[in-house]
Amino acid sequence: MQTLNNAIDIKDLYFKYDEEFVLKNINLKVKEKDFLTILGPNGGGKSTLIKLILGIEKLHKGSINIFNKALLKERQHIAYVPQNTNVNTHFPIKVLEVVMMAQNCMKKRFFFYSKDEKIEALNALKKVNMQEYANKKMGELSGGQRQKVLIARALFGNAKIILLDEPTSSLDILSCEQIYKILKKLNACITIIVISHDLSLVLKYANKAVYINKELSFHDLSKMKDEFANLNSNTCEIELLQMLGRCKC
Amino acid sequence: MLEALEYTFIQNALISGFIISIISGIIGSLIVVNRMVFLSGGIAHSAYGGIGLSIYFSLPMLLTTSLFSIVVTLFIAILTYKNREKLDSIIGLTWAIGMSFGILLVDITPGYHADLISYLFGSILAVSSDDIMFMSSILFVILFILVCFYRDILAVSYDTTYANLRGIRTRIFYTVILLMASISIVIAIKIVGLILVIALLSIPTYIASRFASSLLEMMLYSATFSSVFTVVGLFFSYTYDLSSGPSIILISSLCMFVQIVFEKIYKKTKNKIH
Repeated sequence: MQTLNNAIDIKDLYFKYDEEFVLKNINLKVKEKDFLTILGPNGGGKSTLIKLILGIEKLHKGSINIFNKALLKERQHIAYVPQNTNVNTHFPIKVLEVVMMAQNCMKKRFFFYSKDEKIEALNALKKVNMQEYANKKMGELSGGQRQKVLIARALFGNAKIILLDEPTSSLDILSCEQIYKILKKLNACITIIVISHDLSLVLKYANKAVYINKELSFHDLSKMKDEFANLNSNTCEIELLQMLGRCKC
Repeated sequence: MLEALEYTFIQNALISGFIISIISGIIGSLIVVNRMVFLSGGIAHSAYGGIGLSIYFSLPMLLTTSLFSIVVTLFIAILTYKNREKLDSIIGLTWAIGMSFGILLVDITPGYHADLISYLFGSILAVSSDDIMFMSSILFVILFILVCFYRDILAVSYDTTYANLRGIRTRIFYTVILLMASISIVIAIKIVGLILVIALLSIPTYIASRFASSLLEMMLYSATFSSVFTVVGLFFSYTYDLSSGPSIILISSLCMFVQIVFEKIYKKTKNKIH
């Protein structure tokens, strides 16, 4: 059996805003090709943890390694997919331009995009079934379609880890299912980390979960794989949390 | 109107009108997509402090006002780097302080200041060759920055967090956008005046936004509309002996109104057909 490397290794992490600790003694190992979901109440520190992994916030104590190297050296391997509700829908920009935005680096600044860049961007859109929308304006798309474009942008940058912040917020059930199916397909070669409040859906697709409320508890969802596979949107949250509790490591 | 082209002041007015149209097309688009329209109002009004300084110390007005606006803009940029939610309060502060400072300086300067009225309502017919040189230099710098850093500016304007993750120096580009906006506003004040500068930057951009599918297209359309409004406004101003700044803005507003009405009618007709 193939042994998988650590994609993310967080050791003894502490973080505080002003004088209050938001995250305390966080230890977490995420393996390559894991599908990890981050759960927890609002204000529990989920988004802060994502910001620390992305290097947007500086940690006060502890360390974060990406593929066994310091975070700053390997940041290019991480892609971030924000909530589609954060997207400015009045901004005049085409889908293809949004995807190619991932290519921004020191050498690529001029107006025009190369043929290779366009082909690569179209390939990324194909992976999320959005290639026919390449020349549409972002503002003309539905919430679910915009979210798929943002996932394609993450793929264009050849990321090995994709962090998603509530990718299905304000989407209908059908779009939510579509997004998770795409993520599961991508998970064959990419590590996926998702913040989600949609327990019944995310537990169906993820293989690991962490529950954060300042401190962290780790849950191996593969222990109850069959039960989670049959979840539906009618299952109440208390029942889901109890099931999650039974997988605690 | 054609015989008027023989006059140097009309030639200067047209040249400066075209230059400011291109500048306002580019900068107006950046201001609108970055949701900085209130900021442009703040910079325009705080620029009055620079006007007061130039009158009190008898300094060149365009240069002094530009430098004063750069300082104010840097102050706004540094204070809002981490928390853009504070932007509104900071702008309100600089708006009030800049204007008060300018008014007091003018009050304590002896004599009558005709220049002051021209800065409130614009004076495109009083543009000198030196002013045109200054405006051309600014246009050149803006075009250079845009050509070299278009993608970075696009990324920072569309999604700052993502741009930051891709290694773009978002703070630097945020400051660059603010500085380009502040200089452009000072130049635009010369043409349409402090009171109407926001309209010049936002009306052509608003109309352009209805047709453009990219930021670059928005800039090109906006510059084109702005040029047409400036020439037509100047024509009315010359023919009927009206103030040039308000003429340009009223022509722009009229076109915006017509565009909105046509768009509504088009949408209703389309819905009926379907």
